[in-house]
Amino acid sequence: MGSSELKRSKDSVSDESARRSSFPDEVLERVLSLLKSHRDRSSVSLVCKDWYNAERWSRTHVFIGNCYSVTPEIVARRFPRIRSVTLKGKPRFSDFNLVPENWGADIHAWLVVFAAKYPFLEELRLKRMAISDESLEFLAISFPNFKALSLLSCDGFSTNGLAAIATHCKNLTELDIQENGIDDKGGSWLSCFPERFMSLEVLNFANLTSDINFDALEKLVGRCKSMRVLKLNRSVSLEQLQRLLVSAPQLAELGTGSFSQELTIREYEELESTLSICKNMHTLSGLWDAKGIYLPALYPACSHLTFLNLSYAALQSVELAKLLAHCPRLKRLWVLDTVEDKGLEAVGLNCPLLEELRVFPADPFDDEIVHGVTEAGFVAVSFGCPRLHYVLYFCRQMTNAAVATIVQNCPDFTHFRLCIMNPGQPDYLTNEPMDEAFGAVVKTCTKLQRLSVSGLLTDLTFEYIGRYAKNLETLSVAFAGRSDWGMQCVLGGCSKLRKLEIRDCPFGNAALLSGLEKYESMRSLWMSACNVTMNGCRLLAREMPRLNVEVMKEDGSDESQADKVYVYRSIAGPRRDAPPSVLTL
Amino acid sequence: METRVNYKNDLNLMATELRLGLPGSHDKPSIRSNKRNSPEISDYSNSKTNSTITISENDDQDSPPPAKEQVVGWPPIRSYRRNCLRNTKKGEGEGTWMYVKVSVDGAPYLRKIDLKVYKSYPQLLEALEKMFKLTIGAYSEREGYKYNGSDYAPTYEDKDGDWMLVGDVPWEMFVCSCKRLRIMRGSEARGLAGV
Repeated sequence: MGSSELKRSKDSVSDESARRSSFPDEVLERVLSLLKSHRDRSSVSLVCKDWYNAERWSRTHVFIGNCYSVTPEIVARRFPRIRSVTLKGKPRFSDFNLVPENWGADIHAWLVVFAAKYPFLEELRLKRMAISDESLEFLAISFPNFKALSLLSCDGFSTNGLAAIATHCKNLTELDIQENGIDDKGGSWLSCFPERFMSLEVLNFANLTSDINFDALEKLVGRCKSMRVLKLNRSVSLEQLQRLLVSAPQLAELGTGSFSQELTIREYEELESTLSICKNMHTLSGLWDAKGIYLPALYPACSHLTFLNLSYAALQSVELAKLLAHCPRLKRLWVLDTVEDKGLEAVGLNCPLLEELRVFPADPFDDEIVHGVTEAGFVAVSFGCPRLHYVLYFCRQMTNAAVATIVQNCPDFTHFRLCIMNPGQPDYLTNEPMDEAFGAVVKTCTKLQRLSVSGLLTDLTFEYIGRYAKNLETLSVAFAGRSDWGMQCVLGGCSKLRKLEIRDCPFGNAALLSGLEKYESMRSLWMSACNVTMNGCRLLAREMPRLNVEVMKEDGSDESQADKVYVYRSIAGPRRDAPPSVLTL
Repeated sequence: METRVNYKNDLNLMATELRLGLPGSHDKPSIRSNKRNSPEISDYSNSKTNSTITISENDDQDSPPPAKEQVVGWPPIRSYRRNCLRNTKKGEGEGTWMYVKVSVDGAPYLRKIDLKVYKSYPQLLEALEKMFKLTIGAYSEREGYKYNGSDYAPTYEDKDGDWMLVGDVPWEMFVCSCKRLRIMRGSEARGLAGV
């Protein structure tokens, strides 16, 4: 239901109490319980008081994009019947070590409130939160119905915490541990699942490095007949993989372990035939250290693949080309730039349905590298894949003309994240700034929601963004711009902007303060190594009491400089758990 | 030699100002440099307090920019992925986690360093001294670390959970067994000397 239809309904429902009795709350709640999207639910709650109440009683999943924007008590007061929580904590740049380690975003205070208010909590999905083993244990014993735990880019815990989850959560269906800063103390946690435990549907421990007890894993997979997602870690060998697949041919998503063991012909054939039984497989990942000669074993399992994640397998172009010939239905592809432009040409030739491409650098810190991918590879993909709408592309050279061609071929981009790895690098053919490239992106791709810019950029890029990127919600900027004007254009023009993250740009107080009123309609602003001063931040904090303005100072920097600034709206007031290195103004 | 560009000034200082160039690049907008003079730990520095380029003290402004200086947090790739790629490149088995936490008595927060960046104890100790601006006493096999009043001693927690003095075992063995580091005040560490 669109919100305009809901508003029309409001007119007929409001006013008379007599009218209200013909539309009982229970019916309204029942109807609203069918709404899943949290944005729709937000719209619904604004219609009128009755609808606000009906919505809050019927909501079972709450999404909190910034854990400091609200307190757990406020959440619990408004939504009494939550069974599933998604929480995000630290600013995104913490993934790149720009945020001090003890910054905050600790889950524990939330768990304590949830234990009291939501004893029947079933699902917890955390991103960039700090979580300790004690918290994991507390979680495991406080919620008897607990079913699904997903941790992405979190830190502060070890495999001991996982052991607690495995031991106590009798109804667990999902354990998804992804890309966390986990202290891997060994694989014994997996042996903590009880003998009779068989409800697991999702198991992802690719994050971990140490050996697990394979016997325990094999038995676990054998018992859990509903398992549809299994992502192994690197310590699991090819031979072990084959044994697991025999008990789990129903898998929809598979993450292999290491794909490089020396196999005999017989072992290889066994693997191939086992994989050919996996007719449900739509997602394949892992393939650590993949050896080209064993990749053909995968071919039979690839016919229905829609997502292929090769970002940990350093494949060459020919190997990729051969593999892709068997993946006609591919919609999402992640690769390393070892495949080079030739590999990307093969993508363009074999994957007409492709919607998402991510190309990661195999050697991001080596400036002397001559290979990797260039603008040619990206252009080749754009010719062959007109449905492309999500791209993340790390490269060492780009041209304005190439980007213009790319968006002409693929005008439906919603996410365009281009990282020219050498900061401030111009168009390598014309030596001009890359302004026209991003100008072309925002002019052509009217549906653009997320943009990451790079290369040599003047304020003109930001003028374009402010003028044309009317649907832009997330913007990431690094080593770009010439003056405050650039940032002012973005703040003034992008009406739907929610997240703005900036590093190493010459934007100062004038720019910061031009967004005074805007920040309350945004989730957050990050500015580091820019020209903002403490006074500018203090002024912002003073003028906008409903914003939290936090400054992180660096050792030895000028007293007056605000090295790292994080601004976010909050109804919780200033936070009380900030470490000494974080100043709340 | 570090320079600070003043953006508030309307004079075209950029034309005459000494600028820091990033490795491999030419004409680009000036980047505000950090005032710290001491060089950071090389290469895969995980320094969180410096988000801009650091140039070593001995760098002459006229010489080409050092090829291997790193910008913290750039390119924007998650630590997890960076570590995995590094393991792939070296072709080793993954073994232990390379980043270890480092705590210093009296410091307000911990840091993390990547042990695999260093090849020997002197390199590690020098890096620690620079990172925390302290001095570590001289090491001797017989007596551990010699301390003057303000010196520190490096200790580490090994796989068994015991606290050991850094330096006793061969470097490779140390890297494999070290879980975290603690830089103790000399006065507290005295008990470890001569054990």
